Amino acid sequence: MAMTPYVRTRMLEQKPPPVTSVGPAGWMRRNLFAGPVNSAMTVVTLGVVALLLSHLLPWVFLSVWNADSLAECRQIIDETWGTEHSGACWAVVRERFLQLVYGFYPWDFLWRPNLTFVLMLVALAPVLFTGLPRRMLVFSVLYPFLGAWLLWGGPVWTPLLALAGFGVAALGWRLGGRVNAILAVALAVLLPLLWWILVMGPLGRGLSALLPLGLEPVESNKFGGFMVSVVIGMSAITLSLPLGILLALGRQTDLFIVRSFSVAFIEFIRGVPLITLLFVASTLLNYFMPPGTNFDLIVRVIIMATLFSAAYIAEVVRGGLAALPKGQYEAADSLGLDYWQAQRLIIMPQALKIAIPGIVSTFIGLFKDTTLVSIIGILDPIGLSNAIRADSAWNGIYWELFAFIGFVFFLFCFSMSRYSMYLERKLNTGHR
Amino acid sequence: MTDTAQSPAMAVSDEVAIDIRSMNKWYGQFHVLRDINLTVYRGERIVICGPSGSGKSTMIRCINALEEHQEGKITVDGTVLSSDLKNIDKVRSEVGMCFQHFNLFPHLTILENCTLAPIWVRKVPRKEAIETAMHYLEKVKIPDQANKYPGQLSGGQQQRVAIARSLCMRPKIMLFDEPTSALDPEMIKEVLDTMIQLAEEGMTMLCVTHEMGFAQAVANRVIFMDQGQIVEQNEPRAFFNNPQSERTKLFLSQILGH
Repeated sequence: MAMTPYVRTRMLEQKPPPVTSVGPAGWMRRNLFAGPVNSAMTVVTLGVVALLLSHLLPWVFLSVWNADSLAECRQIIDETWGTEHSGACWAVVRERFLQLVYGFYPWDFLWRPNLTFVLMLVALAPVLFTGLPRRMLVFSVLYPFLGAWLLWGGPVWTPLLALAGFGVAALGWRLGGRVNAILAVALAVLLPLLWWILVMGPLGRGLSALLPLGLEPVESNKFGGFMVSVVIGMSAITLSLPLGILLALGRQTDLFIVRSFSVAFIEFIRGVPLITLLFVASTLLNYFMPPGTNFDLIVRVIIMATLFSAAYIAEVVRGGLAALPKGQYEAADSLGLDYWQAQRLIIMPQALKIAIPGIVSTFIGLFKDTTLVSIIGILDPIGLSNAIRADSAWNGIYWELFAFIGFVFFLFCFSMSRYSMYLERKLNTGHR
Repeated sequence: MTDTAQSPAMAVSDEVAIDIRSMNKWYGQFHVLRDINLTVYRGERIVICGPSGSGKSTMIRCINALEEHQEGKITVDGTVLSSDLKNIDKVRSEVGMCFQHFNLFPHLTILENCTLAPIWVRKVPRKEAIETAMHYLEKVKIPDQANKYPGQLSGGQQQRVAIARSLCMRPKIMLFDEPTSALDPEMIKEVLDTMIQLAEEGMTMLCVTHEMGFAQAVANRVIFMDQGQIVEQNEPRAFFNNPQSERTKLFLSQILGH
């Protein structure tokens, strides 16, 4: 066939797409009714969903909110909707609400966990949303000390002196820096440790004797409910991210000892069930402490949960680091940035962005894993649900408590997930 | 293209910018660079060419210590490269580098790409760094893209930004590692024009490239490498019209042949 020469004389204008492919009609056609098999499956699926809802919704909504016991609940249900109807007895949630939220925290001091929770939101805000003034971060840094003091109480001097330990570290860094870098690091680590272990206790007692300012102390065994989940979950989340990043960097470094330690730590922690670590926290850990030190159980659990999730975070971050092209390191190097500058300004912002879904998954997993502490006797919501059933009035109630606990956990975890999607969208600066 | 067309700023001084003495490098057992000796004078524009795997990129990457050499001595602007990190960072801040794949930071805007190193390495006040960055972005003719992200720019524009980013550190020496190899033909010219402009201002440049037109226009020395060695070096006219070694003749016939 002979070729026909052709020259275009006029470029074509853009045309709108056909109506059937856009808008709600187009969407339904593409997604629900594309072909007979697809349409049939849509109809069947809708039928199944309707059947499930027709059983679930009456149970949830034709239910009892006011009653003093499970027996009373059942009686009300029988009288109102007949004996055939099976409805939920939400009355248990209503009656035990405070307990499910605060555990056995003294009723008179409930303002303290409440205030701590509100302040937590204030402290988190500038970390989560970069649009807020950066000065608010000062409060975020101070918040852990303030929050711990509000919850556990005790003299006001304890958090202040604990904070002062960081001042001691800075002082050690300055003094050592005059001689050489190794001494600077050594002093910056050793001096604050000495301060916290040896100086802080006596000095705190002395200051309280002089000026007894403080809050009524509350023991850890009074903590419970969602409060304990949030305390353990949030502390472990905030501590495990920096630790995980350091471990990921440690695993990549050329320094043999640091690398071996990081690998050994990550592999060991990931190879051990969290429950084992929690048992270690609740029983064994005290054997390793100097005699006489009474390390708070919740703090021990926070440490274990932190180490546990840090190992996972480290691997997720390592995945992000591996996804970065080598050219990014080279470009940072060629501009004369040193290792930490390159990490902070170039590598981490990109690696963490890639790792966001994995990091948030780990956090969500960690937050839900806090329910495992019920096994070592901490009264988290699951532990409390057992305690509530032990009361003869509520003996035999399972679904309502678990549904409520599940619902609250879902709210927390779903907001974390939504936030991670928001963050991904915000950090998306186009293809590389 | 005659020598008289070159501007007076392109004159070469007799001050040494880079001095490489009997440098050897191995990757494991593989001897990649063999006894490299090279002296670069301030204001020189050197084009390095050769077949792939000949060690040309590795050689210029040794100059800013992106690659470590095992034997020999490299002196850059009076500083001897050793394993001392301070020396390395000092050399790197004096030597700019452009890569084949630009390596812009995709999470920062064009302007932030350009101001980052001056602010953190040179400790230049932010305002001054922004002024300098805008100055160089104007020079590479993309000031209007300053607030976009690298992913929104074309390849040629990205490479020009990469050049501007290096220039913001006010380097004394610029290294180019195949700056046009990843570009569409339509964009090569805009990058070469920027590099020619830079050469005309007297920048000391080492350029790994296969753009022989560029070599003829601005280089005052062309180096041909093969199997990790410098095989031939000469001023461009003699190099292209009258190559001496058989290997160079073969290489030139292959890249200029079609």
